[in-house]
Parts: sequence; C-alpha cells; structure tokens
Amino acid sequence: MEKKELLKVDGLKQHFPIKGGFFGRTVNHVKAVDDISFTVYEGETVSIVGESGCGKSTTGRAILRLEEPSDGKVYFEGTDLASLSKSEMRKYRKDLQIIFQDPYASINPRQSISDVLNEAMEIQNVLPRKDRRKRIIELLETVGLNGSQADRYPHEFSGGQRQRIGIARALSVNPKLIICDEAVSALDVSIQAQVLNLLDELQDEYGLTYLFISHDLGVVRHISDRVIVMYLGKIMEIGDKKSIFDNPKHPYTKALLSAIPVPDPDREREHIVLRGDVPSPIDPPTGCRFHTRCPFAQEKCRVDVPELIEHDGMEQGHEAACHFVEEIASGQLKPNYMETASF
Amino acid sequence: MSEQTAGASSGEKAYNPRLELYKGFWKRFKKNKSALVGGIVVLFFILVAIFGPMLVSADPNATDITNKLQPPSAEHWFGTDNYGRDIFSRIIHGTGLTLIVGFVSVVIGGIVGVLFGIIAGYYGGKVDTIIMRLMDILLAFPGILLALAIVSVLGGSIQNMIIAIGIFSVPAFARIVRGSTLSVRKLEYIDAMRALGASDFRIIFKHILPNVLSPIIVQATLRIATAVLTAAGLSFLGLGAQPPTPEWGAMLSAGRSYMAESPHMILIPGIAIVLVVLAFNIFGDGLRDALDPKANK
Repeated sequence: MEKKELLKVDGLKQHFPIKGGFFGRTVNHVKAVDDISFTVYEGETVSIVGESGCGKSTTGRAILRLEEPSDGKVYFEGTDLASLSKSEMRKYRKDLQIIFQDPYASINPRQSISDVLNEAMEIQNVLPRKDRRKRIIELLETVGLNGSQADRYPHEFSGGQRQRIGIARALSVNPKLIICDEAVSALDVSIQAQVLNLLDELQDEYGLTYLFISHDLGVVRHISDRVIVMYLGKIMEIGDKKSIFDNPKHPYTKALLSAIPVPDPDREREHIVLRGDVPSPIDPPTGCRFHTRCPFAQEKCRVDVPELIEHDGMEQGHEAACHFVEEIASGQLKPNYMETASF
Repeated sequence: MSEQTAGASSGEKAYNPRLELYKGFWKRFKKNKSALVGGIVVLFFILVAIFGPMLVSADPNATDITNKLQPPSAEHWFGTDNYGRDIFSRIIHGTGLTLIVGFVSVVIGGIVGVLFGIIAGYYGGKVDTIIMRLMDILLAFPGILLALAIVSVLGGSIQNMIIAIGIFSVPAFARIVRGSTLSVRKLEYIDAMRALGASDFRIIFKHILPNVLSPIIVQATLRIATAVLTAAGLSFLGLGAQPPTPEWGAMLSAGRSYMAESPHMILIPGIAIVLVVLAFNIFGDGLRDALDPKANK
C-alpha cells in the first residue's frame, strides 16, 4: 500500500531575533528550530518528543505559521504553506488545526460554547448559518459532551471537558491534520487516558492525521505510529514507534528512554544520567548538538554535523543523526563517562 | 427529539451564567462600603445634573446688585456672588456642564487611547515603538500644562477644553490597554483564532477588547475625576468656560477677589469640585477591586 504524503517539512528553521541596545538592534538569534525535515503520511500519528526548549512546540507553531518560520518549506498536500500570502494561507487553515495545552487559556472566557464553535464555522464558511446549530450539538456529542450544554460558558466546565471543547472546535472545520501541542499534558492521568482514547476514536472515524507534540514518553508510546526525537532544535532520531522504543540508536534517545519510570519496584534497571545541562539555543554547540553531553563524544562530533541517515542494522525508515551508530552498537566505542543510577 | 432539545435549551435560559458573573461583581462591590458611598454620591450628582435645573426656579444668570455677596440664608441657600446671582442655582446648573465635560472628554480620550493601546499591544514591533514613544511624549508634560498648551492653541471655549482634556487622557488609556492586550494576546485562544484564519479585526474587537474591558472601565471612572479637576483648573485660568457660564472653576476664579469678605463664594464651588472628584476616585477604586478580585489579594 502506497502511503500518501500529507505534510512534508523541508529544512524548517525558526530563529527568533534577540533585540538589544538602545536602538533595538538584533544582537543575536535564538535558534529554536534549526534545519529540520520530516514527512507525515496520511492517517498516521507522528509524535515529536524532547525536553522543554528543544523546539517541538515551535515546530508545530511554525507549520501553522502562528509564528512565521525563518526559513524552509512546509508542503501540505504538495503546496508550500510557508510561501503563501496571508489571505491564501487563510483558506488552508481549514485543513490544519491545533489543540492546545492549557484548557483554561484556550477558550475565550466571554463566549459560550456554541458561540465558540459557531465562530469557527463562520470564519471558514463551513456550513450555512441555519444548519450550524445542529452541527454544534452533533460535534459536542462526538467529543463526549452533552448537546444541552452548548449555551454554557467555559468557566462551567472542568479541564477535561474544556479540552474536549477545544477538540470540537478543531473538528468543526473538518481538518485533515491536527497538531496536538501537549494536548493532554495539563490533564490528570485518568482524564488523559479518556482524551487520548477520544483522539484515537476520532482518528478512525474521520481519517485524521495527528502531529502529536509531547514530552510525556508514556503518552507518546500509547498514541504514536512514528516518533521524532528532538534535541536543541535538531532531529536526533526518527523511526516507527517500535524501533525507537525497543531499539534506540542515538545516545540521546537511549538516555531519554531510560528516564521512563517503570511501575515495578523490584526491577533493576539502568538509568543513564547525562552530564551537564542543555546548552543555550542562542549559541548551540558546533558539530553534533549533543556532543557536550554525549558519553560517546569524539573529536569528529565536535566538528562535523551528523546527518540524519539510516545506518546499518536499522529498520527501514529508522534514521539517526549520529556518526558512531555502528561503533556504539558493536561495543567498539566505550562511553567516556558512565553515570548511571539504578533504582 | 428536536422539540425536546428546544425545551431543554429554553430551560437553560433561566440560568444565565453571565448574570451570575454580574451578581458576583455586585456582591464584591457591595462589601466595599466606601466604594458604595462613592457610587451613591456619583449617582446623586448625575441625578442633580439631570433633574436639578428643572427643580431650581432661580435663573443662574439673573443679577441682583442690591443683594450681592449675601452669605448663605434661607432665601439663598449658598448665598449670592458679586453680581447678586444665586450660587445654589449656579452650582446646580453647573453640575451638568461639569459632568458632561468629564464624560465627553474621557470618552474621546478613551476611544483614541484604547485604539492606540490595542494596536500597539497586538502588532508589537515598530508600530508599538512608534505609538508608545508618542504617548511618552504626551506623558512627559504635566497634565494641566499640556491641556493649557492645547487650549491656548485652539482658543478658550468649552469644546476646545473638552478636546484638550481628551487628548491628555489618551496616553493613560493607551498604556493600560497596551499592557492588558499584551497579556491577553499571549493566551492560547488568540492563537486558536489565528489558526482558524480569523482576521486581525475580528481578533482585536471580538476577542481582545471584551477581555481588556474591566481595566478600561476602571480607568475611565478615575479619569473622569481628573478631567473634572482639569476642566475646573482651565476655567479658573480663564481658558475654559467663559463668563457668565455657571462653571465651577470659573466661579472659583470669580470668588478669588472676594475671598476675605465672602469666603462662601470660593468655598461652595470648591467643595462641589472636591466632592465630585473624590466620589469618582473612590468609586473607581471600588470598581477596580470588584472587577478584579485577584488584585485584592
């Protein structure tokens, strides 16, 4: 079966200028996202994971042009969104929607729920005015709310319910791709599961594609088909869920995965503790971004930027940006330091 | 089924959440006793401005030289001035003028200032810099001096005084609204509207303006007090209302020469100005506490 490319990000960069001095000159840039490329196929769920500040949310926002990307191309069904004018982009916005992290900040507190959904449909001209009311009730029921709650205001709903309203708003314009920006991070675990299941059901029902941005590896493992691991504005590793979780190749991915808590107090496991802090994205390290903290770092890592490629012994579509994937796997390269903690 | 839904939704109407919000506001406002008193005094002056002139029979501009400079008495409650005019009648007739000058100038300054502030806060960057530096220039002048300069350029009349006070109210509104806009604009629902393709016009007027309204209302109330004071000051200096208009500041100015023998000529309009300004200030502070419970700890 041929997979259809829905979204193709090519060389995306997002550099935020830092203004300083008396005249507000640009002194430097925060390189939040620095030259990343990936493809999302129709009907799948791709997750972007990474620590806070690695540029995962910025990537989502740049795709939607909530912040204009500095450079690069974002192809949606073959059209480069980044090169469209603002008014042309407006037409495409119907196909790409976003669900936000904070359910308390993502709905205008002065609008009733039916106003919120009605306005979304009005902006994109989805339905004639007279049919909208019926559709609003339908949408609320789709996301697991009661149609009779349509005229209530946001403050009368709980966080989980509000998140469902946010999902209903995104659905109201019949999108093809939904970017979930930490969509369940602010909810408690039982509600998280409900919302994730809802997203799952909606995907089956409407054939949606998700770009799921999260720092929560447990959630990512549950929902994704493929996973992108980001560090300091660069993609470190990309692959299907199974490859990433069971057979990580990049030292950063390994360290990240070792941080997932295991609900078994008796199980001994290795916990890789990385040395130092994440360097500043204003002045990121040369060569491989991770070399300042990587236990396997060599001279080459300081100089050459590793390409994101498929190395020997990796499944198809599984790529890692590391010079020494084979050497580390074969045990030829020993770590320079080993700070592990067992729990 | 559809009938059932209709029935349910009309049943929901009885419970109006917006009404609940206002009830909460009223509850907090009532608790603040001084604000309540301020509100009542403000209301009192508004009623006097509307109905006073109908109830007071004496002509505020009728002179009676034989009865000049009379102290307060049963016949002339607030006494008479140097032309024998009834001060009580002049105060009552001047109330409307005072309030209108306050309201209209604040409305003018408010509309312009809110627009400037919201545009500066929403677009940021160069637009923000240019607008806000302009506001800083206006703010650098002491208020009365700026109004004085504008009135001297335009010429002394009530209309020009209103315009002058309006202009000098602009930066206060622009600053407050810019600040609130900056914080609202960062919220995710604004991003959601942008992701839906909403126009800037829709976002600014439908989603930002209603959410920055409370500081605007508070600021407007406080600004009315300042405007009344400035108007009185300008009239006192002879640049606002021209005689024989019964304007409080002008009355104060007229009484200056008779301060020693007839202190009531300056005391009465002075007290009237103080009362209105104080009432609006206390009322405004109370509104602020009631509209923003978080600021009240």
